[in-house]
Amino acid sequence: MSIILDKVSRSFDGRQVLQDVSLTLPERGAVCFFGPSGCGKTTLLRLICGLDKPDAGRVMTPEGTRFACHFQEDRLLPWYTAAENLRLAAPGVDAQEWLSRVHLPDAAHLYPSELSGGMRRRVSLARALAYPADVLVLDEPVRELDEATAEAMLNLIAHSVGDRLLILVTHDRKQAERLGCRIIPIPLT
Amino acid sequence: MQRKIQGALRKAFPIVFWLLVWAVCYRAVGQDLLLASPAQVLRRFSFVGEAAFWQSVGMSLWRTAAAYGLGVVIACVLAVGCHLSRLLDEVISPALLVIRATPVASFIILALVWLSSANVPVLAGVLMVTPVVFANVREGIRSTDPQLLEMARMFGWSAVKTWRRVIIPTVLPTFVAACEACVGLCFKATIAAEVIGVPKNAIGTQLYNAKIYLETDALLAWTLVVILLSLVMERLLKAAFERGLRRVHHT
Repeated sequence: MSIILDKVSRSFDGRQVLQDVSLTLPERGAVCFFGPSGCGKTTLLRLICGLDKPDAGRVMTPEGTRFACHFQEDRLLPWYTAAENLRLAAPGVDAQEWLSRVHLPDAAHLYPSELSGGMRRRVSLARALAYPADVLVLDEPVRELDEATAEAMLNLIAHSVGDRLLILVTHDRKQAERLGCRIIPIPLT
Repeated sequence: MQRKIQGALRKAFPIVFWLLVWAVCYRAVGQDLLLASPAQVLRRFSFVGEAAFWQSVGMSLWRTAAAYGLGVVIACVLAVGCHLSRLLDEVISPALLVIRATPVASFIILALVWLSSANVPVLAGVLMVTPVVFANVREGIRSTDPQLLEMARMFGWSAVKTWRRVIIPTVLPTFVAACEACVGLCFKATIAAEVIGVPKNAIGTQLYNAKIYLETDALLAWTLVVILLSLVMERLLKAAFERGLRRVHHT
């Protein structure tokens, strides 16, 4: 079963962000919402994940679909270590292994306040990838990372998608192509 | 070593200064009935060897602990309830604001009509603690980062897990601040209620008796006991909370 958006509209404080957006997302594979800043890419992601409701139209998601989100902000719990943050979201996973995969093998016992912005984003990415979800939602996953690390993270994402659906949001068309995404242009309303 | 001595002297200076002011005032007043001397008050401290002293202190501390514990529990339950139910919030929040603004003596006098004099101090303490802790916990819950709540929702956390891992750690600093601020207030409200209600075995009753029998030295000695106990309780609680917070909260 696919995720279907039927004439979805959403506005904030009188500003129309999305208008009559209709989409059918595949069950698996990779898609990328592509468009200029402020065109509503993140809003669309939030509607798909059920974190927001449309003003008009419908978002139809197969029942029991599990989403793993990597938001634009790291959203780590400041009172838990990097490893604890991972284990809390994805119980039973090897946190140390996942931290090594995002090139942070020594960060397991560090708290978010002890990590740099880029390191926190990688912990957040590891958390999303480790979570056993049906849909992987990544909003600007390699923002704030240097070129080499960004490349390594894109590799990791490509290997971790597996049988799931990847929804990517990025300004960088190359990243989308690198992950084999079908590009869905989101025009500015 | 010299620095340590200097530090000790600096700490002792205000105490010595105020003791001297007290002694000068005693000389100026010249009547033991109106103001006892520091030496007279010190002599009164011989009551530390009497069983009645420990019974009074023990019972007053017990009432304070009961009031404090009850007040904190009631405040937390109400704050969580008000967070979950808007209707409950609309009923409870203004009531607690009124309680906070009402002089505790009014409640004590009213409560003496309904309750035994031994229980009124507990009620006074509860009424002192509950509104303050409630307001802080309520504010703490409100200030929980919505992005963290979304994250919890996204990863399918249960309500219990979300409260345990996200909301409670957020609330803890404001909760602890309220608890620290309340312990002294609770103790003083309990003692005030004991002075009015005069229950058996109570510091407040000892203060009342000292006033009735015009024993100014005893009155001041018991007041010093209240101050010392209040300081010790505040310090102990602060240390315990800091230790607990360090274990839970690493930010």
